[in-house]
Amino acid sequence: MNDGDRRYGMETRAVHAGARPDPATGARQTPVYQTTSYVFDDIDHAASLFNLQTFGYFYSRLTNPTVAVLEEKIANLEDGRAAVACASGHAAQFLAFFTLLEPGSHIVASRYLYGGSVTQFTKSFARLGWQADLVDPNDPDVVEAAIRDETRAIFVEVLANPGGIVVDLEPLVAIARRHRIPLVVDNTMATPCLIQPFHWGADIVIHSATKFIGGHGTSMGGVVVESGAFDWFASGKFPGMTEPEEAYHGLTFAETFGDFGFTMKARAVALRDFGPSLSPANAFHLITGCETLPLRMQRHCDNALEVARHLETHPKVAWVSYAGLESSPWHGLARKYLKNGFGSVFTFGLRDGFDACTRMVEASGLFSHLANIGDTRSLVIHPASTTHRQLTSEQRATAGAADDTIRLSIGIETVSDLIRDLDEALEKA
Amino acid sequence: MTAGHDHYSDEALRSILRRCRTIAMVGASANWVRPSYFAMKYLQGKGYRIIPVNPAAAGETVLGETVLGSLDELQAPVPMVDIFRNSQAAGGIVDEIIRLRSDKHFQVVWMQLGVRNDAAARRAEAAGLEVVMDRCPKIEYGRLTGELSWSGINSGIITAKVLRL
Repeated sequence: MNDGDRRYGMETRAVHAGARPDPATGARQTPVYQTTSYVFDDIDHAASLFNLQTFGYFYSRLTNPTVAVLEEKIANLEDGRAAVACASGHAAQFLAFFTLLEPGSHIVASRYLYGGSVTQFTKSFARLGWQADLVDPNDPDVVEAAIRDETRAIFVEVLANPGGIVVDLEPLVAIARRHRIPLVVDNTMATPCLIQPFHWGADIVIHSATKFIGGHGTSMGGVVVESGAFDWFASGKFPGMTEPEEAYHGLTFAETFGDFGFTMKARAVALRDFGPSLSPANAFHLITGCETLPLRMQRHCDNALEVARHLETHPKVAWVSYAGLESSPWHGLARKYLKNGFGSVFTFGLRDGFDACTRMVEASGLFSHLANIGDTRSLVIHPASTTHRQLTSEQRATAGAADDTIRLSIGIETVSDLIRDLDEALEKA
Repeated sequence: MTAGHDHYSDEALRSILRRCRTIAMVGASANWVRPSYFAMKYLQGKGYRIIPVNPAAAGETVLGETVLGSLDELQAPVPMVDIFRNSQAAGGIVDEIIRLRSDKHFQVVWMQLGVRNDAAARRAEAAGLEVVMDRCPKIEYGRLTGELSWSGINSGIITAKVLRL
C-alpha cells in the first residue's frame, strides 16, 4: 500500500508527494506545526540529534514537520533527491552558494537574471569574497572562457525573468562536467510543470516558491533541490563536502549522507548558522498552492500565449518578447526544453517609450501594479522604474528591462477580460 | 532480487528490514564521526541488534557491543551482514559469508552506500544469498518509515495511508 515502486504523474505528485497522512494524528491535510522545539527522549537522544546521527525534530530553525512536507514535495516534483526550504528565493540562493563557495571562489552566471539577483551576486556576494561574472549563457565559448581555477558553479535562470529568455542547458551541462563543477538552475519561472532541469543534467535547482509554487501571492519562500548525481569526491573541488567539517565535529557530509549530503550540509551549516528559516504557516500556504500547480500553470501559459499573440498585433506595441511566439529568438529553445507551455511572464515594448509605459500601467483596471510574478491575479510593472532601477541603464537593457519595456505576469482570469482591459489601458497610453 | 542492482523495489527492502533484526556489521568503528557508528546507533535505537566485526578493534566495546575479530565468531542465527568496507575488500568478505552461510544462517549480504562489487554479488546470489549494494540500511529504514522525509529527502513514496515499515 505504501507505494514507492510505481511512477506517478505530475498532478498526482503535486497533491500527494511528501504529504502522507500525519503520522501522529492521522490528519489528512498537512497540519501547521506552529512549533519551535521538540522534546528529547533522553540525553543520548539529544546528543544523537545534535550530531545528526538520527533523524528527528529538535528546533525549527533546522527542521519543522510542516516545512518538511513542502521540501519533500518540491524534491519529488523536480525528480530530485532532497530539498531544503527557506524564507525566500534570495535566501535559497544564499544557502546554495554558501554551501558551494569559499572566500575567493568564483561563479559564472547568466547575465539574464532577475535584477535583484544581479545585485545579490555582484554587490552583496562580493562582500563575502565571492566573485561573479555575468555572461551570455547561450554563447558556450563565452561561458567556457569565463571559467577560472576558482570557479565553483555555473548559474542560470532557465526561463529568465523578465524577458522570456530560454537558456540552452545542454552546452552548459557539458561545460560544467568538463570543469567538474555543478550547474545550478533557477526554475522559478518555468516550474517543474514546464521543465525538470535534472533531466537535462543540472545538479542543483533553486526556486522562489513565492511565485508559481505558492501561486496566490500569500507567502514568501525559497527551496534548494539537489539531484543527488553530482560526484563531490570525483570533482575534488569541494573540500567542504569531502573533508571533515569543523562546524560539525569533523563529520564528512558527502561520505556520511551520500547523495543527499549537499542538502544536509546546506541545512545543518548554512541554515543553522544564518537562520533564514521558512515559517510553518508559510510552508502550509505553499503546500496548498503546490497541490494545484499543474492546473494553474496550464491556465497561466494558455492565457499568456493568447495575450501575447493579441499584443503582437496591436498598433501601439513595438515588440513582444515571449518565448511562445514564433517571432521570439528563443522560440526554438523553448520548443526544445519546455513542455505544456511557455510560462506566464513576458515583456513588451510601447512605440511611445517611457511615458506611455507609465500611463498604460496606471490606466489598467484589472492588472495589479506590483513587484511580483506568478500570482493567480494578472500583474503589471514597468521594470525600469521599479524592480530594475538599481541597475545601470546598460544593465537594464541587457536584462530585457529597457525604458520602453512593460512586464506582464498573466494570471488565471478569463482571458477575454484580460485582453479587453489591456486594450482599454493602451487606449490611454 | 537477481541481476538488477541499480534499483531495488521498496517491497524487497521492506521485507529484508522486517526479517533481519540481527545484523553483523563488518568494519564497524568506535569513532563516533564515522558513518558506521551513525548507522549502528540509529539501528540499535530501532530495536535491531548490531554485532560489530572488525579485526583491528577486536575485543573493544562499541555502543555496548563487544567487537568480534571475524565472522567465524558470530553466534547463529545472524540473518544479515552489512559491509562497511571498500568495494574491493567487500569481495573477500563476501567469500567468507558464502563459506559460513549455513553455519551462521546468513540470508542477506548488504553492502553500504558507495560499496558495489558485482562479481561478489553474483557469487553470493549463486550461493542463495540475497544481495543489496550501494545502499545504507539506516537510510532505507528511515526512508520506508518516513523519518528520512523529516530532513526534506525524497522518499519517492506516494500513499494515502499512514506510513509504516
